[in-house]
Amino acid sequence: MNLPDSIMIFLILTNLSLLASSRLNACIKTVAIQGIIVGFLPLIATKCPLTIYSYLLAILIITVKGILFPYLLRYTLRSVDVRREIEPFIGYGASIIIGVIALIMSFWLCRHITFPEPILSYTAPAAAFFTIFCGLFLIVSRVKALTQVIGYVVFENGIYMFGSAMLIEQSFLVELGIILDVFVVVFIMGIMMFHISRAFDHIDTNKLGESEKKG
Amino acid sequence: MILALLILVPAVGGVAAFFISQVFLRRTLLISTTVVHAALTASCWMQRPDPILYKWLALDPVGLLFLSVSSLLFIAASIYAIGYLRNEPKEQQDSDEGFFFTNTPENIFIACLQLFLATMSLVCASQHFGMLWVAIEATTLASAPLIYFHRHHRSLEATWKYVLICSIGIGLALLGTLMLTVSASKIEDNLMLPKLLENCQLVNPAWLDAAFILFLVGYGTKMGLAPLHTWLPAAHGESPSLVSALLSGALLNCSFLGILRLHQVCVYSGHSGFSAKLLVFFGLFSMAVAAVFIIAQKDFKRMLAYSSVEHMGILSLGIGLGGTAVFASMYHLINHSLTKGMLFLAAGNIIAFYKTRTSSDVKGILHRIPATGVLWTAGLFAIAGFPPFGLFVSEFMIFKNAFDNGHFLICSIFLGLLAIIFAGMAYTMLNMAQGEPSGKVEKESKLSILPPACLGLLTLVLGLYIPDFLLETLNQISVLFGAL
Repeated sequence: MNLPDSIMIFLILTNLSLLASSRLNACIKTVAIQGIIVGFLPLIATKCPLTIYSYLLAILIITVKGILFPYLLRYTLRSVDVRREIEPFIGYGASIIIGVIALIMSFWLCRHITFPEPILSYTAPAAAFFTIFCGLFLIVSRVKALTQVIGYVVFENGIYMFGSAMLIEQSFLVELGIILDVFVVVFIMGIMMFHISRAFDHIDTNKLGESEKKG
Repeated sequence: MILALLILVPAVGGVAAFFISQVFLRRTLLISTTVVHAALTASCWMQRPDPILYKWLALDPVGLLFLSVSSLLFIAASIYAIGYLRNEPKEQQDSDEGFFFTNTPENIFIACLQLFLATMSLVCASQHFGMLWVAIEATTLASAPLIYFHRHHRSLEATWKYVLICSIGIGLALLGTLMLTVSASKIEDNLMLPKLLENCQLVNPAWLDAAFILFLVGYGTKMGLAPLHTWLPAAHGESPSLVSALLSGALLNCSFLGILRLHQVCVYSGHSGFSAKLLVFFGLFSMAVAAVFIIAQKDFKRMLAYSSVEHMGILSLGIGLGGTAVFASMYHLINHSLTKGMLFLAAGNIIAFYKTRTSSDVKGILHRIPATGVLWTAGLFAIAGFPPFGLFVSEFMIFKNAFDNGHFLICSIFLGLLAIIFAGMAYTMLNMAQGEPSGKVEKESKLSILPPACLGLLTLVLGLYIPDFLLETLNQISVLFGAL
């Protein structure tokens, strides 16, 4: 087994662990690890020799996804005082089963698509689709606002993996813009979670419509 | 140079407004920024600005049209904002549930308004699909604090929905952009629109279709195409009226631009059959969903929001039909933005006097606040597409195009839905306008009447007469989409 395939399988495992874990702290750690690995991907997935920009970009992505996001999320976690996801819409056992089915579906899908050459590895697109699915699944199946943000980050990682899998190299400026936008999204969501927890005493998004506000 | 100024002036103004603590200075800055922006836009009509930044930013006819509509709406909204901010109390009571809430600090509000304009200009000028994505996502971020102006739990919910749903939608559009790169892997510099159009025969059609689906789902979420419109009524309902006007009249158009750009690539490469069918289907479906929700709508601002869903549907239908309908669709876009801007600003006046958004609690607008009442009633006929307003011309042209090409099913669905929507809106809006006056005649400030009145007048004029320069640009756009 070669390097890209092993990385992809490791990323698939991080996704499955996200689906199974109820502890938000553990989820944040897993997402951080996933982010760091995704940041390294463009260094191995490249057609042309690495330039200074590739290294800069990798450092930037690893800083944002591996350090800033976990810091931001953990800071929010402490101040809104939630430890775990208590009653998700879909339980953890069921989540794992759905995850495995989705994994099989992604591999099945990728067998039926003709990819233009060259491509990082044949596992990579499937792993990317699976990661995107996991991100979206976390968003719709969990209650806490924080888990939804984690889901968004996973979703974004999946898209990034797809780009690496197809050896797509954007220009530096666009990559910079994308990473900046994603950072600001997470930042704004973090601020809003403060407001939500202040207004409601909880960060359960399914209860946002109810008027149990303090003032 | 001018192109850079178009983006930098509001951006710098926005950052400056954040730090200016003096109220008068801040508001003056807002007005002057939008006026300068409009003047710069006007100068682009005289002479197209040169492309900048490796030609990533350039104004083609489509971009120019979208930019002008946004700029116009921003002037109206910023003038209205002065009156609005002056009358907005520091703390007020919620009309529905009775709790007290405060507002977002004014410096953040004004800063975000200008940043919103800057990001919007960037969207209109982007010729690079990656840049376009960055800019459209940035509009979401700049507008989120605007929706959360009234700090209470309902607007918080609306903003959360808006940021989460739109970011995910736009994330899918990023996946679409990557698929576009895959589809055009034989072309160098393959996210540049002009390069793509030049070498479109090299594009892989299967991947292009996949990219188009993701674009439609992604940018369609932000544009408010049903069934992805779920964030829209809440965000439009809870935000201050001038923000709703901007969201409806400018933001939705800008995300439509994302879809439009890729559709253009499809048209050039000769694979537009698939994308056109999808556009027609989602167009009609949005109209149908809007019709259902407009009929039973108790909140008049949400009703206007659903009407935006309807009109976005009409835009996409027109583009999907192709031919003369492209011209009509672009004309519809201008008129819809003007009319919806006018209606939302008028709705803001109604809320200011009646302190409620429930339409059954509002009676006798024409007696109590006559100027707003006239605008509200005129707005109803304008938005429903009555002659002599501009929307009549565009809707009629779309209908005629579908009829001439033998799409009788589309024609009948289109007309039927328009009739249902008109009935639903007329019932609510006329009941609000007429009825027993619930108080004496009150004085309305000029700042709250002039902006919507000007927008209304413009769409009236456009219904009677299309100026040559506009006609020429619209024809150029039609040619871009394969008409004639």
